Amino acid sequence: MYVAVKGGETAIAHSLDLLADKRRGDRALSELTLEQIDQQLGLAVDRVMTEGSCYDRSLAALAIKQARGDLIEAIFLLRAYRTTLPRFGNSLPIDTAAMIAERRISATFKDVPGGQLLGPTYDYTHRLLDFSLAAGGERPLARTAPVDSVPGVPRVGDILERDGLLEAPPDASDRAEAGRPDDLTREPLTLPASRPLRLQNLARGDEGFLLALGYSTQRGYGNNHPFVGEIRYGQVAVTFVPEELGFPIEIAGIDVTECDMVNQFAGSLDKPPQFTRGYGLAFGHAERKAIAMALVDRALRAGELSESANSPAQDEEFVLAHSDNVEASGFVQHLKLPHYVDFQSELVTVRALRAEAERRRSEDPALDQAAE
Amino acid sequence: MPEAAYNYAYLDEQTKRMIRRAILKAVAVPGYQVPFGGREMPLPYGWGTGGIQVTAAVIGRNDTLKVIDQGADDTTNAVSIRSFFAKVADVATTTSTEEATIIQTRHRVPETPLRDGQILVFQVPIPEPLRMLEPREIETRLLHALTEYGVMQVSLYENIARHGRIAKTYNYPVMVNGRYIMSPSPIPKFDNPKLDRSPALQLYGAGREKRIYAVPPYTPVKSLDFDDHPFEIERWDECCALCGSRESFLDEMIVDDAGKRMYICSDTDWCGRRQ
Amino acid sequence: MSEAPLLSVQALTKRFGARVACRDVAFELWPGEVLGIVGESGSGKTTLLNCVAGRHAPEVGAVTYESAAYGLVDVHRLSEARRRLLGRTEWGFINQDARDGLRMTVSAGANIGERLMAVGARHYGDIRGTAQEWLQRVEIETDRLDDRPTTWSGGMRQRLQIARNLVSKPRLVLMDEPTGGLDVSVQARILDLLRGLVDTLQLSAVLVTHDLGVARLLTHRLMVMQGGRVVEEGLTDQVLDDPQHAYTQMLVASVLPV
Repeated sequence: MYVAVKGGETAIAHSLDLLADKRRGDRALSELTLEQIDQQLGLAVDRVMTEGSCYDRSLAALAIKQARGDLIEAIFLLRAYRTTLPRFGNSLPIDTAAMIAERRISATFKDVPGGQLLGPTYDYTHRLLDFSLAAGGERPLARTAPVDSVPGVPRVGDILERDGLLEAPPDASDRAEAGRPDDLTREPLTLPASRPLRLQNLARGDEGFLLALGYSTQRGYGNNHPFVGEIRYGQVAVTFVPEELGFPIEIAGIDVTECDMVNQFAGSLDKPPQFTRGYGLAFGHAERKAIAMALVDRALRAGELSESANSPAQDEEFVLAHSDNVEASGFVQHLKLPHYVDFQSELVTVRALRAEAERRRSEDPALDQAAE
Repeated sequence: MPEAAYNYAYLDEQTKRMIRRAILKAVAVPGYQVPFGGREMPLPYGWGTGGIQVTAAVIGRNDTLKVIDQGADDTTNAVSIRSFFAKVADVATTTSTEEATIIQTRHRVPETPLRDGQILVFQVPIPEPLRMLEPREIETRLLHALTEYGVMQVSLYENIARHGRIAKTYNYPVMVNGRYIMSPSPIPKFDNPKLDRSPALQLYGAGREKRIYAVPPYTPVKSLDFDDHPFEIERWDECCALCGSRESFLDEMIVDDAGKRMYICSDTDWCGRRQ
Repeated sequence: MSEAPLLSVQALTKRFGARVACRDVAFELWPGEVLGIVGESGSGKTTLLNCVAGRHAPEVGAVTYESAAYGLVDVHRLSEARRRLLGRTEWGFINQDARDGLRMTVSAGANIGERLMAVGARHYGDIRGTAQEWLQRVEIETDRLDDRPTTWSGGMRQRLQIARNLVSKPRLVLMDEPTGGLDVSVQARILDLLRGLVDTLQLSAVLVTHDLGVARLLTHRLMVMQGGRVVEEGLTDQVLDDPQHAYTQMLVASVLPV
């Protein structure tokens, strides 16, 4: 007797064994180390940390290794681990003005205090495959200034703000009034969402999704005339106030990329015109993500700034509900799960409907003839 | 997996308390979707993360767990979830509907009538019954709050106008306790009557959408319909090829290249005990 | 006419930022009466209608309505639930663009039946029968009952919107340029239809229009608005034949006699 549904448990065990083999690949080749992944696939590690909302390079490297380089799978692995971690408290907000910047450029001013600092970037490369890498040759070390010779550089936004040309970010008193922002990893998303909640969602959001949405605003679906006021990448200090001590101590240094986007101005009778802002922040070096995030953040402020909101990127429910690649990937792929029962129900109904149509046709000769 | 690194039943106790509070609220307001702080689980979204979180929040060492998918204990999803709880919650598992204290299910309600004290946990992909009619959460929440359900009836009307009958076959909307329209999850409408005044507690978990809702024991659950087009369930001309059942939901299988069909019970436990 | 007004608007002012859309507007609508509000675009007439419908909250003033179910109510103090219930039972709202008032993805029958189902009708055959009657009343072939209005002409859609609203026998109908944007010949048919329905159903209605011809044909009384204020009001024929205010005179002079 043919029975299709038995033996699942053993089959699954075999599938897992095969997967482990595939992951390892040819055992004649040496296995990747987490250090190699961290050092040589650093941008992949950055992305997994950002969208996995967990700053830990070696865990992210492990996730990438386990996921065989599938970054969305790696993000999922890291998230699922992160959610089980105990929470000791909340750090103070990081101060990106005090960043030890490795790269910092402004597209709005030719020169800015602190200068344009190009740093490591693909922007100025020619996209030619470098076959010397395939040969495995080493290049001489780049010459760099000592890290502590680069002081904190003032933010371009702060300078514009001083002159009132750029809207100020919500200040500390506003924040205190609003209370601590909700935490997306502990509370469900509620709509309409506050800006802090939206920014959390975008920071965790899929880079490809944000990229496409940000791009759509540039092509006219909710354009807001953006300029990269500044993009900076470097190390910032994480400070924490332990209850026992009552004063802040530095507990870590992390790399972040920040994008401060200067957008079209708004003004009213009681408020003189000024430029508005979109904001993007990502762990590690992730300029594409930070810029796309800033574009979408600004697009989502359409309502707040009394602009018409007819484009996908301006639609809060649409953007926030679909940005998470762990959710999206799971739900899209769940279509692979058995749906025998629902499909059976559909079959029964379609057959009944077809039988009915057949019966109507045989009872009505006119219909029958029309069919011929 | 280093089980020792994880708390009992995977979730930390604070998270479990948060989920239990949501469950209590859901039980207090039958059919109302309670938002909860859903966590990432080690299973993908859409594969039962809501159900797993609900089960993890209510399970204890004295429980006996049964997990089914498509009515069967041996389908991939069911096997995966059952072994997950066997590992992290150290519970006895069973395939017997009668022996289980908690039954987590995807897409079916067991054929064996449930009893007082049992908990049936549903995995829910899309908790909002009005979602396909109104995509906006802000609007659907308002429609529920105002009991403004004309649009749902409109969709059923449209079904009859187009097909001559209500052609909705699964995830068939129900009215719970005369107040909230609820999605029974994608169970076939065949199972809807089993929800009505069931002695078991029904808990519904939607992980991706972060909602929990419930139907307490003995609560009226009515499938929506029209007076002149009353709710009906699927019927088969065939009987189960293994146990001969004529009253259970049958799965159809194609058994040879000529397209020959065979029908067997979707509920493997029920079928096995009748053979 | 009975002793109490059906609708009463008192000292209503509505601003949008620095702009005042309606300033100190007051009127009463009596049962069986059709009141027209005319003026150019930007005069505040549509804003006024939206305030009456409870869609915009005025800064100052009140809108009271004599409800069959709840007695005298202040529209802006009603709970959202009650206001929406009134909106689909005792009130009707005819939008200029029928697409705003219809469900374009479901059949004509479902569009007409929705209000009935929203208040508990559960007999498919009866709902369908009523929908069919209403299609006839608005002069649409009954074999279009299962059509979706997506492929229909603007005039047909507008007639469907009228049927969808009137099926619940509303006591008060608010109309925003119901013939705006339609061809002249189509307009005439809709006007005829509306006039017939107003008479036979004894409807009370507030009609916003920039078209004095429409106002003359349908309304008993007229209010003329300019810059958010009411500059003149009176019986329709009186206002149109013997306008007192300079703005009304200008409006009347600028249209051909109907």
